[in-house]
Amino acid sequence: MRMKIMTSISLPDRSRATRPSGRLAKGWWDRLPLLPALVFVILVTQLPFVITLYYSLQRWNLVSTNAPRFVWFRNFVNAATDATFLKAVVNTGVMTFSIVVASVLVGGLLAAGLNREFRGRTIARTLAITPFFIMPVAAALFWKTGIFDPTFGILGWITDEIGIGRINWISQYPKLTIIIITTWQWSAFALLILLAGMQSFPTEVAEAAEVDGASRLYVFRRLMLPHLRPFIELTGLLVAMYVLENFAAIAILTNGGPAYSTTNLSYYVYLEAFSAFDLGRASAFGMISLAIAMALTIPMLRVVSGIFKEGGRA
Amino acid sequence: MNRRRSSIIDPLLTVLTWVGTLVMFTPIAWMILTSFKTEEDAVSYPPKLFFSPTLDHYRRIFENDFASFATVSILVTVISTAIVIVLAVPAAFALTVRPVPKWRDVLFFFISTKMMPIAAGIVPIYLVARAFDLLNTSTVLVIVYTSMNLPLAIWMIRSFMVEIPRDVFDAVAVDGAGRIREMVQIIVPLIKPGLASTALLCAIFAWNEFFLAVNLTTTVSTLPVFLQKFLSFGKLYTAQVAAVATLINIPVVIAGWLAQKSLTRGLTFGAVK
Repeated sequence: MRMKIMTSISLPDRSRATRPSGRLAKGWWDRLPLLPALVFVILVTQLPFVITLYYSLQRWNLVSTNAPRFVWFRNFVNAATDATFLKAVVNTGVMTFSIVVASVLVGGLLAAGLNREFRGRTIARTLAITPFFIMPVAAALFWKTGIFDPTFGILGWITDEIGIGRINWISQYPKLTIIIITTWQWSAFALLILLAGMQSFPTEVAEAAEVDGASRLYVFRRLMLPHLRPFIELTGLLVAMYVLENFAAIAILTNGGPAYSTTNLSYYVYLEAFSAFDLGRASAFGMISLAIAMALTIPMLRVVSGIFKEGGRA
Repeated sequence: MNRRRSSIIDPLLTVLTWVGTLVMFTPIAWMILTSFKTEEDAVSYPPKLFFSPTLDHYRRIFENDFASFATVSILVTVISTAIVIVLAVPAAFALTVRPVPKWRDVLFFFISTKMMPIAAGIVPIYLVARAFDLLNTSTVLVIVYTSMNLPLAIWMIRSFMVEIPRDVFDAVAVDGAGRIREMVQIIVPLIKPGLASTALLCAIFAWNEFFLAVNLTTTVSTLPVFLQKFLSFGKLYTAQVAAVATLINIPVVIAGWLAQKSLTRGLTFGAVK
């Protein structure tokens, strides 16, 4: 609504009367404030994709003596038969999906708990969202030495105490460790958004329903959940968007191993480019991960674009 | 009857909420606690909750090249955030207050750039940086972090501008203020708190970024790259790691707490307020 008002504002512009007029000049004068940011973003983030596309059609290995050679789609065809690459695709899918679901669940439960009146609620909220701010490299490093470590970590001690024995998390359950630590950070993020969603729920509706004898569970399932739906979708989209590129946790905790079991697409591109120095292959993998990311997030963006268009619901 | 049942459930839910909250915070609390232990206490079995605290590890942080990495981190974060704000305010202005034709497409273009994995562009970014002799400099990090944060900042600042009441612009029209004056003297003061939260959020992202830093820089780099080097030191350094990790997270956690009010809006590109 408000945005419509904004677009219809048109002001008499006296300052421009003296300027060399003409519709073209005016159009560019209007666009001028936008251009620096637009040009900057296109040059630094979009142009590289085009260049990557070009590189991906070449055989180009920095350690080989051969000059770069145009090979058309050879790199892409090779990717389809590269077992490690396919593994990376599956890993990316499994880890991203688990992290998104777990973050929404954990964040949602915490938000439901914090969306109530009790003493110390502000403190609890502040503590619960803090993991999101922690530098991922720092988090991964401390979890590795202080928490997951089988001999010195606190988790090893806990599992020992309950009688499961000391688990070497990182080598026995590498994927799970990555999922746990990333979920820890992103559930704090989910909590923030879902709590805002819950707080925008009209309390009168819930009260009216309770007066009518509806149980709390009923109110939650039939009224709160439908209200929360766009917020859950938005959370899913944003978590997926960031977690698809999960890198720090993998680089610090597992280096993509053991046996590539935690290598996701971003990490595999990194390995190909900066360990194997195969720029042609790395570029092709990069292009494929770009395609996958777009295929996943653009439809989701369409689903939630309603929220963006309204410019906020709360 | 309804009330009696909820009087049992409510305290229970509160307790559960606290348990959940503490589970979330325990790793951080444990990290802070560990940073004050001696290395022997840090790896003791069973883990010690009570011990005689030491500040040794905090003193030792500055023994190696921590200071130079911290300087780069601060420089890169501050400069890239400043550029982001300077570029994002006019852009948001041209997309909100005086919208250009197809402003909606432009906005969605900006958000869609955030959906593209940066790994897909890292090879050309690396090669171009090498061609311009920018590898291993703070300049290259400033450039990539600026473009990384710009879309988010534009969306966030735009969401604050949308909230400015219409009367303000009518007043401006009567006043006959020029465009730049309108932006700098009227709009910016109105959205100052919003700009502050936007800056804090961009600063957090720049401070924590790792992928670009580790690929484009090595010795002249930011703190995440410094931290990564601890990996090669082995297990005896748990407490030292905890001390460094605690210290470098203080600025972001404070920034996050300060920005709490507008955080949701920023993280959702202004979609949720």
